[in-house]
Amino acid sequence: MPLTTTNANDLNLSRRGFLRASSTAAGGLLLTLFLDPPAAAQERSEAPSQPKAYPPAAFVEIRPDGKIVIQVNRLEFGQGVQTALPMILADELDADWSQVVGELAPAGDVYKDQIYGMQMVGGSGSIAHSFQQYRELGAKTRAMLIAAAAERWQVMPEQCRTASSIVHGPNGQSAKYAELATEAARKPVPATARLKNPSEFRLVGKKMRRLDSSPKCNGSLKYGLDLDLSGMVVAVVAHPPVFGAKVKSVDDKAARSVEGVREVFEIPLARGATGVAVVADRFWSAKRGRDLLKIEWDSSSVERADSSQLWTKYKELARAAGNVAVARGDDGAMERIAASNRMVAEYEFPYLAHAPMEPLNTTVRFDGDRAEVWAGSQFQTGDQAAIAEVLGLKPETVTFHTEMAGGGFGRRAAADSHVQREAAEIAKRLRAIPVKLVWTREDDVRGGYYRPMHLHRIEIGVRADGMPSAWRHVIVGQSILAGTPFAASMKDNLDHTTVEGVADTPYAIPNFHVSAHNPKVNVPVLWWRSVGHTHSAFVMETLVDELAARAHMDPFGYRRKLLKPEARKLRAALDLLEAKSAVWRRRLPKNHAVGISCHESFETGVACAVDVSIENNRPRIHRATLAVDCGLAVNPLGVESMFQAGVTFGLSQLMAKGAITLHDGVVEQRNFDSYVPPYMPDAPVAVDVHIVPSTEAPSGCGEPPVPVISPAVVNALTKLTGKRYRSLPLVAI
Amino acid sequence: MATYQLNVNGAHREVTVDPSTPLLWVLREDLKMTGTKYGCGVSACGACTVHVAGIATRSCLLPVSLVGERPVVTIEAIGQDPVGRVVQDAWVENDVVQCGYCQSGQIMCAVALLKHTPKPTDVNIEKSMGGNICRCGTYFRIREAIKAASQRL
Repeated sequence: MPLTTTNANDLNLSRRGFLRASSTAAGGLLLTLFLDPPAAAQERSEAPSQPKAYPPAAFVEIRPDGKIVIQVNRLEFGQGVQTALPMILADELDADWSQVVGELAPAGDVYKDQIYGMQMVGGSGSIAHSFQQYRELGAKTRAMLIAAAAERWQVMPEQCRTASSIVHGPNGQSAKYAELATEAARKPVPATARLKNPSEFRLVGKKMRRLDSSPKCNGSLKYGLDLDLSGMVVAVVAHPPVFGAKVKSVDDKAARSVEGVREVFEIPLARGATGVAVVADRFWSAKRGRDLLKIEWDSSSVERADSSQLWTKYKELARAAGNVAVARGDDGAMERIAASNRMVAEYEFPYLAHAPMEPLNTTVRFDGDRAEVWAGSQFQTGDQAAIAEVLGLKPETVTFHTEMAGGGFGRRAAADSHVQREAAEIAKRLRAIPVKLVWTREDDVRGGYYRPMHLHRIEIGVRADGMPSAWRHVIVGQSILAGTPFAASMKDNLDHTTVEGVADTPYAIPNFHVSAHNPKVNVPVLWWRSVGHTHSAFVMETLVDELAARAHMDPFGYRRKLLKPEARKLRAALDLLEAKSAVWRRRLPKNHAVGISCHESFETGVACAVDVSIENNRPRIHRATLAVDCGLAVNPLGVESMFQAGVTFGLSQLMAKGAITLHDGVVEQRNFDSYVPPYMPDAPVAVDVHIVPSTEAPSGCGEPPVPVISPAVVNALTKLTGKRYRSLPLVAI
Repeated sequence: MATYQLNVNGAHREVTVDPSTPLLWVLREDLKMTGTKYGCGVSACGACTVHVAGIATRSCLLPVSLVGERPVVTIEAIGQDPVGRVVQDAWVENDVVQCGYCQSGQIMCAVALLKHTPKPTDVNIEKSMGGNICRCGTYFRIREAIKAASQRL
């Protein structure tokens, strides 16, 4: 899809919404986009004599001091959206970038993702879904400022131009945006406004530093966990050791005797469980109180999941086809291939915890007829509704502040809003006292909502020329979508997140059969950054490398030969990777090996090459080179940074202690001492990122760095050791 | 509960807390200095790193009762230190942060490293920084920022 450079009027925006301008009390300009015109607009309409701002519903505010505050309709949790979305709007607005501020918008209908229909961060869609919207908002605001200036100067709007927050007239006139804001706010919002040609962009496509760096480097930025409200108390919850278990009896005498502990009470938890909340004036008192609870749990009615038993069951399931995702070509082709030209491979992937650095938390104050919430949420719409449900309120009476979050990777997007529900249950009891619920790291590591365990079984028939002619692929793993509101996107009982990256492979395989089993297991599962691609890319890219080696072909050449002609982005990325890594691949030190991989996810093509040796029985990654086709890179510095760091997140699944395992229903890991993410020595020493030049619409960059790195590293290890690695984490080399 | 006299960022502070309370939670909840972060509580991630008598120290496992008269410096004041200023600037100029949650601890570790070893090798950097987790994975830019800061020291 090429960039629209004219009146992009056909967007959801104009179909479902309309724009409204109003003056702020401070005389600024607000441009408000309502997606639900009749009800919301009426509800919010004010007498014209009393122009009043709706800061929560506004996207742009031009303040008298020249500051331009842009509302960001998504959570910022590292992905850089608080910089990139303002860049897009400010570019069309011709705003003075040094005066631009990005603010995280609260929950509100106007801030819903126009494609998903809910306010959320997911599917690497933040830029892809909001690019056009933010451009239009900027262009329309600019048109209103020009209209105000033209009227003031009695000239035609076409005679005016804008630059750096100033409108210039034909006869040397000029006026700052801030001076024009009040007049501009009275102008009608234009139905359409001319958008820039990409050649006119001044911010978009330029390397821009993040707006949130300084406060993140001097300790002044407040995350959700840093919230401090007058009279606030802190709560921690004793969760059952087995998912879904209930409190049978509790002895809280010792807990209550801890100084600072105010209340101890049972609360309902997700999945029919119950737990014990300890409320105190400080975190440390609450945690000490919880440590002293003596709880007897009843897990008699719930399944006690066990990793080793699950593997046995999954292997059994994988012997037969499951729900069919793809059935292409001749199903009997495999049997006609000689046994010597057939191979079978089985891969195992454990549960993975997201473990964002900022532990999960939510603050709620319930005032009887309304509530206020502060949360770093990827799912504002759902979390707001869940809290409202617990408190017996309507969602619109729950004011929901989006707090900056210390990572998330999918963990702050639980369809059942279980953390927010817990916080609301506690707030309901406390009434009018704000309570901050804190999940300790142990709660987080043991608390479920993991990337599901998966088993892949693949049978491949190879032609004489070394290319695969038949491919049967069975994937076993819990469904992430089933039982959630997102199940509506499932067709024929098939969870597409289980098979993504395999079913839609860009490799041309004539006889191709992909199916999935989605067994039910008593372990809550969730999307983990790049979702199905976390495991599917590993399987596909290690197998393709194996096929290339079997055919004695160069891994670049083999992939190119196998890729479908329409896999343009991947081809572009592979070509760029080959060129950019050529020098170091030729000068490889002794006992080093190169591994490559390529994978497309969220419409972004990525190719990766790594220089690996073995140190202390672990892979040492001396260098990673990445080539990326993500359409237009709105902020190339942000894209570069996201890929440089995102590959290390992807390496989580290679860590020796990088698995969540269960024994007799209980999670065996506790904290970062037993579930160990990559540290600096585990990450590539150097990472260079190369972006394919493009003027196509931007595609996702948050998740696509993750899938490529592990298969590339393992492909290099295979060259060094001759072994195939099909079971993660990488416990031994 | 007991009362402690602390020297935090050059100022005298008095707190009355349970003796077992880690310095981390005294800083965050009693002194309202939330720049020092809670990440794990078991000294495994380094998000809570502060300087105690000039030494990079995990504040999540250090009971307030053991701090004594040793001066404590946190991220909030490290910019007043010449090395701290250079490191913070290098972090911003190299666009290091993503979610940023671990970066207070990373910066405090890096400052301690550069005060002791102004021209660190890659090995020095890995040794000093190798106990701090960045879940976003910004390690490469952290290395670059440390090298950039080092050139200015």
